[in-house]
Amino acid sequence: MIAELGHFALILSLMVATAQAVIPIVGAARRDATMMAMAKPAALAQLVLVSLAFAALTYSFIVSDFSVLNVASNSHSLKPLLYKISGVWGNHEGSLVLWVLILALYGGLIALFGGNLPPPLKARVLAVQALVAAGFLLFMLLTSNPFERVFPAPLDGNDLNPLLQDPGLAFHPPMLYAGYVGLSTAFSFAVAALIEGKVDAAWARWVRPWTLVAWAFLTAGIALGSWWAYYELGWGGFWFWDPVENASFMPWLIATALLHSAIVVEKRDSLKAWTILLAIIGFSLSLIGTFLVRSGVLTSVHAFATDPERGLFILLLLIIAIGGSLILFALRAPSMQAGGLFRPISREGGLVLNNLLMSTAAVTVLLGTLYPLFLDALELGKVSVGPPFFNATFVPLMVPMIVVAGIGPMLAWKRGDLAGALSRLKFALAFSIVVALGTAWLTWGKPVLGVAGMALAAWLAASAVIELADRIGIGRAPFSKSLGRARGLPRSAWGMTVTHLGLAIAVAGITGASLWRTEAIQVMRPGDTIDVAGYEFTFEGARNLRGPNYFAERATFTVRREGDVYTVMEPEKRRYFVQQRETTEAAIHTTLMKDLYAVIGDKSGTNAWVTRIYHNPLVPWMWVGSLLMILGGTLSLSDRRLRIGAPTRRRTPAVAVQPAGAE
Amino acid sequence: MTIPTTPPKRKVSRAATRKTKRLYIVLTGMTMLGIAAALVLTAFDDSLVFFLTPSDLAERQINPGQRVRLGGLVEEGSVQKQADGLTTSFVITDLTAAVPVLYTGILPDLFREGQGVVAEGTFEPNGTMVATEVLAKHDENYMPTEVEEALRKSGRWEENGKYGNAQ
Repeated sequence: MIAELGHFALILSLMVATAQAVIPIVGAARRDATMMAMAKPAALAQLVLVSLAFAALTYSFIVSDFSVLNVASNSHSLKPLLYKISGVWGNHEGSLVLWVLILALYGGLIALFGGNLPPPLKARVLAVQALVAAGFLLFMLLTSNPFERVFPAPLDGNDLNPLLQDPGLAFHPPMLYAGYVGLSTAFSFAVAALIEGKVDAAWARWVRPWTLVAWAFLTAGIALGSWWAYYELGWGGFWFWDPVENASFMPWLIATALLHSAIVVEKRDSLKAWTILLAIIGFSLSLIGTFLVRSGVLTSVHAFATDPERGLFILLLLIIAIGGSLILFALRAPSMQAGGLFRPISREGGLVLNNLLMSTAAVTVLLGTLYPLFLDALELGKVSVGPPFFNATFVPLMVPMIVVAGIGPMLAWKRGDLAGALSRLKFALAFSIVVALGTAWLTWGKPVLGVAGMALAAWLAASAVIELADRIGIGRAPFSKSLGRARGLPRSAWGMTVTHLGLAIAVAGITGASLWRTEAIQVMRPGDTIDVAGYEFTFEGARNLRGPNYFAERATFTVRREGDVYTVMEPEKRRYFVQQRETTEAAIHTTLMKDLYAVIGDKSGTNAWVTRIYHNPLVPWMWVGSLLMILGGTLSLSDRRLRIGAPTRRRTPAVAVQPAGAE
Repeated sequence: MTIPTTPPKRKVSRAATRKTKRLYIVLTGMTMLGIAAALVLTAFDDSLVFFLTPSDLAERQINPGQRVRLGGLVEEGSVQKQADGLTTSFVITDLTAAVPVLYTGILPDLFREGQGVVAEGTFEPNGTMVATEVLAKHDENYMPTEVEEALRKSGRWEENGKYGNAQ
């Protein structure tokens, strides 16, 4: 009964979405206030209906209603409650419901908080949003009904893939989806602006908060996924350039570019067509990401759907959404008024360079991800493009990006003074050189790339701090005055500083984790000791345990440093009894500067185990850096300017309000 | 800094300056794409890894040192631990041809006899593959598409997802 209600709610919401996609847009064209006003209640109704469907599915999972096929194939009565709930989106059908729910949520939020939008723009934005929703609802109802019944109902379920039974992964998909789908708002705003034929500073100011929300969620989603891979897969790696990871990374790169280019539109009324294009591409990449993951066209750890019919449907959806919006762009973009002029060396110039580098990086990642598909489709053989490709293309592009990220904020709008900016950054340069020398001394004989990575991180961190210090006048004004200025600084400025600082810390973390890791694989018997990067690991033995839905073998390592007991680590190997699958639970000891990471593998003969131990320097920095980036995004989002919305005057003297390079 | 805050006076030159600006952006963009293309092409050269089936291998000459991905089923009864306790030897088969593989390290949790696997590595002169990475299929309903392909090619794939003599 509950499942049928959910199904019914989905059908109703498709109808509401269809109406919402058509009526307001016609209304906006005819300047008919009543028809336009229909968008808001429709968006809210859609939100309520999809929430009902989601609640119905969640309920079926919680009470373990195995007469619902989806529950039977992905849940089990013994599973802990958290994973019963996360099981809702741990499968193809359920994840689509979550996708649509988040889409409806964004639509509802725009309807509620978009009070300051001009009615035609609001009507069009909500209509485009509904159009996307209608496409996905149709897809769901025609090819992947989450409420399908099974008869006779099985006595118990098939359980969720044990790898996915993990708190990190329970929250990874909702975060990622909130990011993916959040880009739909930027897309809807872009398409609405194209239909309207008007893009101005106000438009950019409305789009930016939504892009920021999407960006912060994407960052969180990617970081969580990476963290999960790090501690759950047991290889000590955090990023594999897996197609599915790339699928979430490309929208992130474009969203980052979009955030930066929207600043130029807002402040300088320039780069409008480009910003619109980025908004379209960002969401298109989200759709492609969904397609790659959901259609099973790629061999990947994450692809749990393998069904060509679904793939074809998504492909069609992609062609209509991306093709349609790009055609609209081609028709309308040339008529857009170009805005303020600027010199190549200026704040705008720096932001343009950021945009070009980010987009180029996204293109190379896309190429590497899709190339095997092209070859396969053309019957030219099967290949895989692995991490070496991405490291060789992506890393060189990020080097100038980080250099520019340090200088850019120091340049003035319109026409910057490079020499002046560099002279104010001399301390950053000095710091970066000191760090480089220190790194070289500490890691002598290891890859020279590590020195470069640390130097770049130091450069970015120092220049972010100097920029802030400069802005609040530390050293030039009394401290109390600087403090006052710091308090008066717009939140978006704080957001930038914190985010750039976070990026710097993450870059340092990535450098350390990828280049300086020590790995030791060996067979150990109880009592054996092995030295890994100065830490002595003594294997004390292993014992059997029983968890709620698994058996485990838990090993104990005593770690000593210079003879003193440093810590005790207990990795596990679990066997889940429903699916008879094994997972590895690494033991991780985290400190400020490094992780110790221990994994137990197969039993090798009597009373001996294969063990794998890593010393992973700077790994915690990646997580701290990611957190700072998310915090920075949130800070920026809380900026007063974004909350109250744009003033009615089109040309705010933004340059005068916010002195660019503090003078 | 000395920034002239007044816009350029000559109205005529505005359009020209706009074009110059656009030219700069386009030029930078082109340079960027050029660099990217160069990076991509050089990277493709060293890092493309071809996927082959055991039957393909029988027909093809693989240079020593060339990385290859090999997909198929782990032959029943072929898995053996070497004396060092760390190295495992097994045979990958597509039920037509078979290739011996050596792997040192911890095998994936789902590595089992009769299951689909993909091994990546290089070949010894004696025809044994030394794998640096082994991927196993990761759930009961999901077979690496590469392995499915390999079984289809050797004619051992049956539509309902069952195959050959495996469980």
